[in-house]
Amino acid sequence: MKFERYGIGIAKGMALTFKHLFRPPITVQYPEEKLVVSRRIRGNELVWLLDRCTGCATCAKSCPQGNIEIVTHLSSENNYVVDKFEVDTGRCMFCGLCVEACPFDALAMGRSYERAQYRRRDVILSKEQLLISDIRQPSGYARPKIEASLPKQSLLIYWDRKEGGQKLSWLGLSKKRGRGV
Amino acid sequence: MAIKTEPFILNMGPQHPSTHGVFRMRVTLDGEVIVDLEPVIGYLHRGIEKMGENRTYTQIIPLTDRLDYVASMINNFAYVLAVEKLAGIEIPERAEYLRIIMAETMRISSHLMAVGFFLNDLGAMMTPVLYMWREREKLLDLYEMVCGQRLTYNYMRIGGVSHDVPEEFLPALKKFVAEMPGFINEYDQLLAQNEILLVRSKGVGILPRDTAINTAASGPVLRASGVKWDLRKADPYSIYDRFDFEIPVGTVGDNYDRYWVRMQEMRQSVRILEQAIAQLPEGEVCARVPHLLRPPIGEVYGHIEGPKGELGFYLVSDNSIAPYRFRIRPPTLINLTALKDMVVGWKVADLIITFGSIDVCLGEIDR
Amino acid sequence: MTLLEQFQLWLVNIWPGWAAYIVPGIVGIVIVLGFLLVMVLVFIWYERRLLGRFQVRLGPNRLGPEGIFQPIATAVKILLKEDIIPAKSDKVIHWLAPVIVFVPVLMIFAVVPFGQRAILADLNVGIVYVVAISSISAVGIYMAGWASNNKYGLIAALRVVAQVVSYELPVVLAILGVVLMAGSLSMTQIVASQNIPFLILQPLGFVIFFLGTVAEMNRSPFDLLEADSEIVAGYHIEYSGMKFAMFFLGEYGHALAYSCIIATLFLGGWQGPLLPPILWFLIKVMAVFSVIVWMRATLPRLRVDQLMGFAWKGLLPMAVINLFIIAAEVLWLSELTPWLMVAVNFVFAGVLVLLWSKLFTLGGGRVEV
Repeated sequence: MKFERYGIGIAKGMALTFKHLFRPPITVQYPEEKLVVSRRIRGNELVWLLDRCTGCATCAKSCPQGNIEIVTHLSSENNYVVDKFEVDTGRCMFCGLCVEACPFDALAMGRSYERAQYRRRDVILSKEQLLISDIRQPSGYARPKIEASLPKQSLLIYWDRKEGGQKLSWLGLSKKRGRGV
Repeated sequence: MAIKTEPFILNMGPQHPSTHGVFRMRVTLDGEVIVDLEPVIGYLHRGIEKMGENRTYTQIIPLTDRLDYVASMINNFAYVLAVEKLAGIEIPERAEYLRIIMAETMRISSHLMAVGFFLNDLGAMMTPVLYMWREREKLLDLYEMVCGQRLTYNYMRIGGVSHDVPEEFLPALKKFVAEMPGFINEYDQLLAQNEILLVRSKGVGILPRDTAINTAASGPVLRASGVKWDLRKADPYSIYDRFDFEIPVGTVGDNYDRYWVRMQEMRQSVRILEQAIAQLPEGEVCARVPHLLRPPIGEVYGHIEGPKGELGFYLVSDNSIAPYRFRIRPPTLINLTALKDMVVGWKVADLIITFGSIDVCLGEIDR
Repeated sequence: MTLLEQFQLWLVNIWPGWAAYIVPGIVGIVIVLGFLLVMVLVFIWYERRLLGRFQVRLGPNRLGPEGIFQPIATAVKILLKEDIIPAKSDKVIHWLAPVIVFVPVLMIFAVVPFGQRAILADLNVGIVYVVAISSISAVGIYMAGWASNNKYGLIAALRVVAQVVSYELPVVLAILGVVLMAGSLSMTQIVASQNIPFLILQPLGFVIFFLGTVAEMNRSPFDLLEADSEIVAGYHIEYSGMKFAMFFLGEYGHALAYSCIIATLFLGGWQGPLLPPILWFLIKVMAVFSVIVWMRATLPRLRVDQLMGFAWKGLLPMAVINLFIIAAEVLWLSELTPWLMVAVNFVFAGVLVLLWSKLFTLGGGRVEV
């Protein structure tokens, strides 16, 4: 290809950069504005549905790392009662193989990605901490019924600042910024 | 009176802002001119090949994500192809098309990152990076819609893919494919004729054709040196023989040609994507495969054309649930052995950009 | 008769001789220093926000409304760092180097005209004073590299000195073109003689001067020696704390000083139709700085030998030819309408740039281009 050398390439590049001055910025001002995550997000947590689990330990066998520890005993009605269901979410890579393997849909991935703790022993979660709650909602990964009930993801292709998050002034920013959230 | 000089060894250490990862080079300099180069690798070794021998065939798939973490699904794809070749599994049509769609969007994403950081090493102050990452963010949103993660996907399974795409995936992908040629033209307007880029990368870091073939280089590094070799045409895997695309070939093998080949490959990937979306059939997405797969005794080498080169997996099976030997052929490690030939005789500033134009990813060099 | 001299004449009636001599000087110095320091903070904020907008993102906007306290936070951060001095360095030179880099920047503002009579010292050799003072910073940079006791810092400092010295020549020759057309070396005279701004009358001189001053400020695309993706971090590698703050301020001060000089020499200074002169001056300075930031956002870097080649083989011959053309025009064409000179100059500028682009070889002979 023919190269012009008298500076026209630099001029075209600078014209493109100038055109970008008039495009709206694509920054999402976290933590005041957050994008809606995917319905199938594999967040940094697991959600255990107690009433469906039978203690078969298929999830523990399918984990590549061996993060799930299950201790059960045989009850009087000839089924397993789960004594200990502990997941080491510090070593977990959230691949979702355990969720796909569960035959009774008793385990689901979570939706939150803000699960950092201060101490390493706080991320080893026992069975009470894994139960479903207001702040621990299951996501639709490999769970089509949950997926159908969740809102659709906000995509950068369709990102419109006025629709996805309002333009925040400085006073708005400083009021919404909480502590330790 | 002649001044006596002696060469000295400079260590560009594992922590450096522009070696793309933990990579160490011991460079022997005579003044400013490079005389010898010795790469030192192994700072990111995690033992993935050894770990693979203790995991079942399905559990290795999340491990392969962590090899080339920029384009993870390509690694999944290569591994799954190798296992299917070994066990003789047929996969449904829709799964083939979905795999091709994912592979080609991954190629675009990897090339965007490669070109962006090549220009960042040249000194363009993150502007091309941010423009290209705007498109890459759109792709990452699409992947999050399909499999829930943005970097390590674990999407392909032995026998197909793990989930079907939701109904809002195809309109968003069509919109992306319609807009992408316009964005690639914008990148060309910003960069392709820029005199400073030309003067710093034309004729610099030349890899001659014979050296490229002898070092078993592959991918854009090989094609920029003038060798028309692409596994998608030379040894077609999956259903690439149904698509109509071209292979861009450079002439000289300098840094500018490697950059140019990557930009043209992005355009060809968009072309393949348009055809794949148009031809996508209905159906299942995963064949019925036993939960703990036991392939017959034998060995297989399955390879694909990844964005960085020929990525291959060599598997030896002894009819148990885990492979006996799991060996990865990393394309960038083989390409890196040609770095010394490309760089001797140039200056240190050229070393950094030549290294950037090979587009390494330390995850797959060190495994 | 500048404003300060008028103030002094009024003071002589009230106060004894020595007070009337000192007070206007101090008032002038305080005003100019205040302008400098406030504008440097504004420039730091403006550059970061504008660079963000070029890159489709917001700049810093968390500290204060739209981020205007960010430069203060940057300054406080730098000041709170520990002042580390390398063990075997030369302590006196290590302490003196930031001072010698920063003080000439302050001194340039003595001859910048902010308004019709608002100038601190109306020297009749104003522009020569500017050129002379701005070369002293190079000595300071070399002292900084020497005092670091670090071979990479020394190499970088030597390269910066070579870069600054090489780009002085085309800059001075471009200034000579302006001086010939204005007929005087004094800054107020140069501004007064610009009925048509010299940007239009001398396009080639403007381009040479602009590129030369961007190179002297060590800014992109000529900032190989301060870049953090290169092998060294430059001549200020061993400085931290307040001394590093002086280098940092010195760099933005240089940007401000050269923007003011370009606005004075080529854009017509404080002249303009409706608004007060100081406002026009600020608008022109910000416009020049915006173009400098625009170049930083877009262009990659030149390598060191290409940089020197550009100065000696590209800018210097064009500056010499430009000077001859301007001299010829002033001699023969100055009675006719100035628009004839505009046309002739544009034609010559186009011809010279195209001719020099033929000399611009790519590929170093190894590649067919």
